[in-house]
Amino acid sequence: MMENIFGFSISPSSAINMDKVDRALFEELCRVEPDAVRCMACGSCSATCPAAAFSGMSIRKVLLCLQRGKEKEAFRMMSNCMLCGKCTMVCPRGINTRRLVLSISRIYGKEDTK
Amino acid sequence: MREIYLSGYNNFVLPFVIGMLFCLTWCIIGAARIILQLPGKDRKRFFLSLVNPKTMSKNIRDWFCDCLFHVKLWKRNKLLGYMHSSIAFGWFMLIVIGHIEVFLYTPERVHQIWYPIFFRYFVAVTDTTMKGSFFFFLMDFFLLIVLSGIVLAIIKRAHSRLFGMRRTTQPSLPDLIGLYSLWSIFPLRLLAEGFTADISGGSFLTKSLNMVLHSFLSDYMNMLPTWWAYSIALGIFMCVLPFSRYMHIPAEILLIPLRNAGISISSARRGMASIQVYSCPSCGVCIDACPMGAVKANTKDSTVYLNRQLKRNNKARIDEISEKCLLCGKCTAVCPVGVEGDKIRIAQRAAKKYNLTPDYSNIGTDAVNFQYNKKVIQKNNNVSSSDNKKVLYFAGCMTALTPVIMKSMVSLLEKAGAEYDVMDRDGGICCGRPMMMAGRIGPARQMIEKNTRIIKESGAGILLLSCPICYRIFKENYKLEGIEILHHTQYIERMINEGRLDIDRSDSRLVYHDPCELGRGCGVYQSPRNVVSRAGVLVEASKNGKESICCGGSIGSISLGFDKRRPLTENALASLTADSPDIIVTACPLCRSTFSRYADRPVNDIAEIVDKATSADKR
Ligand code: SF4
Ligand code: SF4
Ligand code: SF4
Ligand code: SF4
Ligand code: SF4
Repeated sequence: MMENIFGFSISPSSAINMDKVDRALFEELCRVEPDAVRCMACGSCSATCPAAAFSGMSIRKVLLCLQRGKEKEAFRMMSNCMLCGKCTMVCPRGINTRRLVLSISRIYGKEDTK
Repeated sequence: MREIYLSGYNNFVLPFVIGMLFCLTWCIIGAARIILQLPGKDRKRFFLSLVNPKTMSKNIRDWFCDCLFHVKLWKRNKLLGYMHSSIAFGWFMLIVIGHIEVFLYTPERVHQIWYPIFFRYFVAVTDTTMKGSFFFFLMDFFLLIVLSGIVLAIIKRAHSRLFGMRRTTQPSLPDLIGLYSLWSIFPLRLLAEGFTADISGGSFLTKSLNMVLHSFLSDYMNMLPTWWAYSIALGIFMCVLPFSRYMHIPAEILLIPLRNAGISISSARRGMASIQVYSCPSCGVCIDACPMGAVKANTKDSTVYLNRQLKRNNKARIDEISEKCLLCGKCTAVCPVGVEGDKIRIAQRAAKKYNLTPDYSNIGTDAVNFQYNKKVIQKNNNVSSSDNKKVLYFAGCMTALTPVIMKSMVSLLEKAGAEYDVMDRDGGICCGRPMMMAGRIGPARQMIEKNTRIIKESGAGILLLSCPICYRIFKENYKLEGIEILHHTQYIERMINEGRLDIDRSDSRLVYHDPCELGRGCGVYQSPRNVVSRAGVLVEASKNGKESICCGGSIGSISLGFDKRRPLTENALASLTADSPDIIVTACPLCRSTFSRYADRPVNDIAEIVDKATSADKR
């Protein structure tokens, strides 16, 4: 919905990834949740999150951590997410953050990565 | 009555007998399975309810009102009600009277299951039995009733709007076979009995047909083939019944006592969920009701199609449909047989496997963690308040995004001179309902436990909530003995009635939107209306109360994205603004945010409206 406002659209990411982490899971996540790469790290979600007070939960950081292979840190933050949906309400990119959290919970955390 | 055939048998009864035996066996095994699938304590409860005269009399009443008379459909649309009840009740009476005739005239044949069905073929009237003409009349009368229902059903296929339905269910293949065989059963019966009308007795319908079509009906070469056709139509119907929507006929008979026993859905595909799915006659009432239907592509995600996919065990579609739903509960509210579309979906969600499970054990519940802002106002002795219980105000997560609601509520509490604490001024633990709606019951229970501890420690007598989503879970899943749970619409009403708020009525036209969780979820419809009409002129939306349309912002949906919700919100707004109100009033922070996004006029919470209309000096 954000695309093509005033005739402008957002170009695909041209970031070069130099990390040596295994990105298979992250790519799987991006496949089921294309929204995962649409986050512009504005931090609105972090500011409203009620779990932030307890585990420092922030969708923005979770996405970053997963991308960089810091899964343990992401899981720790996510463990306090209450699925309350405040982040969804405020996200300026209209990202469905609740489904994102649920998809992460399904794709990640299989035995070894836990 | 005199029997014509010594054996009381003819080969043409075979299709019917085979179909009937197949169908009966299937249903008995199915019913046994459903009962065995119930959790132990539910099963016990079910059996106990069958010997309880009170539930049993309710069962009998419901069997008649729901299965035969379709009372709920009558209330929706007279024509639709007549169509369904004429076929159901008419057919039922044909079967009952058929059996009575056999009992009276040929009692030695009762064990031959085809005899009551094809009675007319096997017997002939005698002078002494013309007294039976009363039954002959009844048989023809009910056959006429059924036939009129069938005619209406045929008309409905082409002109559903006459029956108050915009969209109807698309039948599946077995549904179609069932449908056409059902449609042909009764005309064939009429024709078949037309042959024998002058032998075995008939009445205004069969007798006159016998006269009108005399050249065809007096030729006995045509007689057996017609009876065969009638029996085959019955046989086909019975054989496809278990695989078509007509399964609802036997399923509903079991669903009613299960429901009256108070059994709820506890498993995604078994027990109560399964019997509800099979009880769905695909009437399609839920299609028009569903707010997602504002976008035509979503029609296939309504409850009737969920039921169909569940029967087919199509996992991908079941997942998709279950995750999309807003859980607004409207399909459940309108369903004439009591299929709980929202609860069935939550059960599907709960069956999903996750590797990561939230854990809140790190969150403490003592006052250090929850520095709720204590603000105790001296009570005014002039105010007569029926209670002086302390109020604990839990604004809820969503209210934190619309702080104006919390501000207005706190202001009202002060004006009324209530003693109160705010539980989550600086954030708190979510009530657990959004987690519950996502089907993750375990984590939701953890949150419930934490909040329960905080609330009990606060020593409050009233728990006041601003968000209907919270209100529902506090009502349904929390055990807070001795603490009264109130939504702010109810509390404001009480404050006004007790004279603790001095409210000035303006003449702005206010339309009240029933939030799903407050209205259908908890049955609170009147309090907010009483409050709104004290603050201004209450006008109604085109769909209100039980039929209110979800704002589209519901956190019940997991997969509906932001942009997919806009048409739903606009559709709800169109209903709200039908009577051109000045302000849209709601009682849910989520509705308020959602509507504000696209509304062409102000959207306010009920607390804001009342706060603006009350002066501060009363106390
Ligand atoms: S859904 Fe989770 S991440 Fe989003 S605001 Fe609520 S607790 Fe935070
Ligand atoms: S609010 Fe949305 S865009 Fe902003 S950081 Fe969070 S997820 Fe990303
Ligand atoms: S779920 Fe209920 S309303 Fe919907 S088609 Fe089935 S019986 Fe009708
Ligand atoms: S609960 Fe509401 S959104 Fe979901 S299927 Fe039923 S009517 Fe549609
Ligand atoms: S926001 Fe209100 S109306 Fe909309 S789904 Fe939620 S409770 Fe229902």
